[in-house]
Amino acid sequence: MRVPLGRLAFARSGDKGDTANIGVIALAPAAYEHLVRELTADRVRDHFAGVCRGQVERFELPNLFALNFLLHESLGGGGTVSLMLDAQGKTFGAGILGLELEVPDEVVEICDRVLAGEIPGRPPSEE
Amino acid sequence: MSGDGVVRVGSGQGFWGDWQEAPKLQVRQGPIDYLMLDYLAEITMSIMQKQRVKDPSAGYARDFVPLILDLASDLVDGGVRVITNAGGVNPRACRDALVSGLADVETSRPLRIAIVTGDDLMGRLDDLLASGHELRNMETGAPLSDIQDRVYSANAYIGMSPILEALARDADIVVTGRSTDTALTYGPLVHEFGWGLDDWDRIAAGVVAGHINECGAQAAGGNTLFDWEGVDLETPGYPIIEAQADGSFVVTKHPDLGGRVTWATVTEQLVYEMGDPEDYITPDCVADFGSATVTDLGADRVRISGVRGGPRTDLLKVSIAYHAGYKATGGLTYAGPDALAKARRADEVLRARLEQADLEFDEVRTEFVGAGACLGLEPGPSAADLPEVGLRIGVRAAERAPVERFTREIAPLILAGPPTVTGFAGGRPRVQEVMAYWPALIDRTAVEHELVVEVTDA
Repeated sequence: MRVPLGRLAFARSGDKGDTANIGVIALAPAAYEHLVRELTADRVRDHFAGVCRGQVERFELPNLFALNFLLHESLGGGGTVSLMLDAQGKTFGAGILGLELEVPDEVVEICDRVLAGEIPGRPPSEE
Repeated sequence: MSGDGVVRVGSGQGFWGDWQEAPKLQVRQGPIDYLMLDYLAEITMSIMQKQRVKDPSAGYARDFVPLILDLASDLVDGGVRVITNAGGVNPRACRDALVSGLADVETSRPLRIAIVTGDDLMGRLDDLLASGHELRNMETGAPLSDIQDRVYSANAYIGMSPILEALARDADIVVTGRSTDTALTYGPLVHEFGWGLDDWDRIAAGVVAGHINECGAQAAGGNTLFDWEGVDLETPGYPIIEAQADGSFVVTKHPDLGGRVTWATVTEQLVYEMGDPEDYITPDCVADFGSATVTDLGADRVRISGVRGGPRTDLLKVSIAYHAGYKATGGLTYAGPDALAKARRADEVLRARLEQADLEFDEVRTEFVGAGACLGLEPGPSAADLPEVGLRIGVRAAERAPVERFTREIAPLILAGPPTVTGFAGGRPRVQEVMAYWPALIDRTAVEHELVVEVTDA
């Protein structure tokens, strides 16, 4: 089914100069491979077309079931040069969660259960 | 180190202006061995430099001093040592203020204060450039000589070596300038565990711990998107690193405080301000954030293990701030019906007036707050029904005069503009000087021989 990314992941964003970073974290390990396949740098660039003037780089963090995106030239010059309301890209993390992806129904169900607090988002520790 | 072989490093400040109660709670609510306080962001040094130009006794995080005076007895009695970059561009003035304040505070023994100087390159810039250090901008490749006459501050991000020296000399409080943020956490760990300076994996683990600590509550439920409504943020516990000699550590918080430490809050902080995760460069190693295993132990305890790192590089990063013109941002609020259309019309009118006045700007930017400003979204059809929209206009120019003139063109829109306008109670926008950031690299040998640790008992 087609769902917004917020059904599969959560995120945090920040800045380095004129580059924004968005870390996207799968709600459950089962969702990660679908993020890797569907959530491409090109799709993220299109989603942020209103602010992103440069390239988008993507890094995979399978240990964290997370993807890290660097959106270059996206903060109006960055730092105190920028005239943007969100000159540090603080809202981009929540903003990316509206991007829609096609994923199998059962993956969405697992993530929904994590969001509802019915199952843990990561396997419980054996310690 | 406690009897259990664990070293506890608590985070007390994530930036200059963070919650003042946090470090007090961190010290008073339970055992910690070290309190780290991070005050410096990319642009903070230039703000402090401007303050020092006006007042030679300024240029550091001033609120650090009353905090330490308040905590002095607790630090001595609890055996808690403080590691901070509160010294900004003037660690000596910070030390002097501490010494003078502590004279009036009763403690069971004197506090030993160490300051670290030598990261400030401002007075050496001409010599450095003359001897072939170009300090090229890491993003544009341009040499520093292009803007040399406009530089406000230049500081090298220094590593742990002066912190190790200060701790070896029994300092209770270590005040640095532009120490790299993570070193405020991994410095104490290297000191306590006696890790080798080339034990890259363990130092990298300390870097990961430092990355978690350096943003205060952000690792412990602050700003979390995962179940944000469920987090008790009234009295948040800031993160505490409980480190082991093998480099593994647990992130936790004091149990009686709010906030939350879970796989989700810690993972969010791990990816915050991340570049290439396998190539996280610090002055003391290159950490691989892709190697960390995160295990949620429950009860606000998250274990991180398996971190790997590689050798440090021959270069240090230099943070340079320079004057880059002036800017101002102003706004008005337009209410419905047709709030967005009215705000758009006001923008047209204002821009036409700026044009008539024949002003030159490097940039004029309009945003419609409430209609997609944060993400630069095109407002959809439903935007026509918005009950109100904030018109936000900013300008930037090399000279002050056009920006000054712009600040006088907003108010006239109240009577000589589209209808249903409000929100000018704050008055004219303020003209701000633009401090641009110039990141560069320098050979570490050009900096490290200048680093000095001074110790004072107070």
